[in-house]
Amino acid sequence: MPNSNDSGSTPVSGERAPDSGLPGDLEAAGHPEVAGNRDATGHPEQADNPDKAGCGPCQERRKLLTFLTLGIGSAAGASLLAPWLGLFVTPLTRTDPTEWRDVGSVEDFPLGSTLRVTYRDPEPLPWAGYAARNAAWVRRDDSDEFAAFTTYCTHVGCAVRWEEGARLFLCPCHGGAFHADGSVAAGPPPRPLDRYPIRIRDGRVEIRTEGIPSPRG
Amino acid sequence: MTRLTGAVLGILTRTGEWIYDRAGLAPLHRFLVEHRIPGEVGRTRKGWFYVFGQALAFVFVAQLVTGSALAMKYIPSPGHAWESLHFINTEVLWGGFVRALHYFGASAMVVLVFVHMARVFLTGSYKFPRELNWITGVALLFLTLAMAFTGQLLRWDHDGVATVDVAATMLGRFPVVGPHLMDLVLAGDTMGGATLSRFFALHVIVFPLLIMGLMGVHIYLVIRNGISEPPRAGVPVERDTYRSWYQRHKAESGSLFWPYQAWREFAFIGLVYAVVFGLAFAFGPKGPGLVPDPALVEVVPRPDWYFLWYYALIWYKPPALDALVLVWLPVLVFPLLVLLPLLFSGGERAPSRRPWAVFAVGTAFLLWATLTAFGLRAHWIPDFETEPVPEALLSDAPEEARLGAALFHERGCQYCHVAMGRGGIYGPDLTDAPLRLSREEIAVRIVMGIGNMPAYQEILGPGELEAILAYIHWAAEDRARRRGSEP
Repeated sequence: MPNSNDSGSTPVSGERAPDSGLPGDLEAAGHPEVAGNRDATGHPEQADNPDKAGCGPCQERRKLLTFLTLGIGSAAGASLLAPWLGLFVTPLTRTDPTEWRDVGSVEDFPLGSTLRVTYRDPEPLPWAGYAARNAAWVRRDDSDEFAAFTTYCTHVGCAVRWEEGARLFLCPCHGGAFHADGSVAAGPPPRPLDRYPIRIRDGRVEIRTEGIPSPRG
Repeated sequence: MTRLTGAVLGILTRTGEWIYDRAGLAPLHRFLVEHRIPGEVGRTRKGWFYVFGQALAFVFVAQLVTGSALAMKYIPSPGHAWESLHFINTEVLWGGFVRALHYFGASAMVVLVFVHMARVFLTGSYKFPRELNWITGVALLFLTLAMAFTGQLLRWDHDGVATVDVAATMLGRFPVVGPHLMDLVLAGDTMGGATLSRFFALHVIVFPLLIMGLMGVHIYLVIRNGISEPPRAGVPVERDTYRSWYQRHKAESGSLFWPYQAWREFAFIGLVYAVVFGLAFAFGPKGPGLVPDPALVEVVPRPDWYFLWYYALIWYKPPALDALVLVWLPVLVFPLLVLLPLLFSGGERAPSRRPWAVFAVGTAFLLWATLTAFGLRAHWIPDFETEPVPEALLSDAPEEARLGAALFHERGCQYCHVAMGRGGIYGPDLTDAPLRLSREEIAVRIVMGIGNMPAYQEILGPGELEAILAYIHWAAEDRARRRGSEP
């Protein structure tokens, strides 16, 4: 039973050289090679250490308890992490909502015009406020020929604006330009503007709204 | 009176000693404060190179203080966030000042984290046995940038929201998992109610906790492995002998951290705090700018200064490098930085013997500075506000050129081109174009487009091309006349 009679030394009694720079516990944890030097600093409880007592059944018991402790600890950790992850990945589990939205009557759109329409997102949260608003560009080519473009530039997603005189959609972020039919006119955009499905019902123009288009979708 | 003071002081002293004893603070005190450091750091001016890390920790504490104060007044609801920030700016005592401190504190952290990293890299301090110091530092670097990024969205104005929009769209470009990553960042399909809540939780709880934990580990490792001694050329790191040599070096010629190096670190922290307070006082809070109504499209969003370089980079990169710059570069930087100390853990530490390391830091800095300058100028933004040329300047122009001047503005030429001293700077100044190009060459460029110039074939009506050409030529002649008439 070595080191069993460590009595009387207070925890802070300056047992180490002043320049070692490390408190005993920290150093022992990081330096296996010096852990054996703890003759004067170990706690009295270590006298009961079955490892040092060297008894077989105690070893079994130690393994079992280690297994139990780590097992219960891991289970507790996992049972907390699971609901956290559950809430975190909720957005992945929802099906992308789409909704037909009324954006005006047919007469609101003169022939050859491209107008900004605003609508509410599909399935907005009750507290979303103006964040639930969104916009699209609706173009009327003929009496019954409509097209609806997203406002998201296909480069990195900034809002494009229609410039009537220039007959171009221009992006303010990196100078991308699209023609009236949504095709790329110039600049960095890799592909034409995305479109929303659009239909006429009872003289009303409706577009099927979606979320922010993902570049590959 | 003096007896009372003495009694109070006595009680305070005894309370302090009691806590010190019962909490067993002596080992911690020795570890944090009384450790030895290399003498070159403690006793020479080289110590000034070792002040950035602790300054980061102290600015982070300042961010916790100002941030928790702001959290008491901020409403993380998409319908109210902007209004609550406006309220903090205008109604709350010192509210705007605290917001300004938080913004400039964040800026200071971004600056210091890169300065700290550059210093550690240049002096080879990431090498054996301090590889893990570097790796935890890399994680802290990314967490700091994540705080800057999420904080930008919490400002809930158009610039901040557009930056996250752009980032989400770029994540969406990632193969296979892109759309899912996008959903995770936006917490849905739109920049709607859930995005702000998610960013608030990350910015205010998750990331700060991770930073605190990792910063604790980082500081422990720094003291545990010891501050790296200033490198000396021709003395490479030898794994077998370095640790014992380092301990001997500290024992023989070392210095105490406290107060011989601590005073420098606190002097620098004082300077940083003074700069942050001064900037906050001089410039006031950042925003909030325009309300982030997604239905408003007449806006020109720009990221905060720390992401301007990237904003410029995604304009400058050739289209063929799209995937590399937008997807792989951000993804690969993290593992490359983590691997750095594992790949180069031994060898020379002195910058004079590591020209490639110096070259890398110099190149990175120049690239950053250049791209930031370009991002500030952002010449590729069309000048939507440009005004038509006043009639007075066109008084002696022929009818066709006058019509051309009006069309030059109306058809959007002037958004990107200067003529008669007005217009955007994306394309070349067209007042000089007739000196370089024939009338036909200019016409072909307008009709067919060239480079980033759209083809105007289907945009211009009959006779409009001729009118615009007439205007461009008249403007060139007009300038020549004016120059000729000058004494």
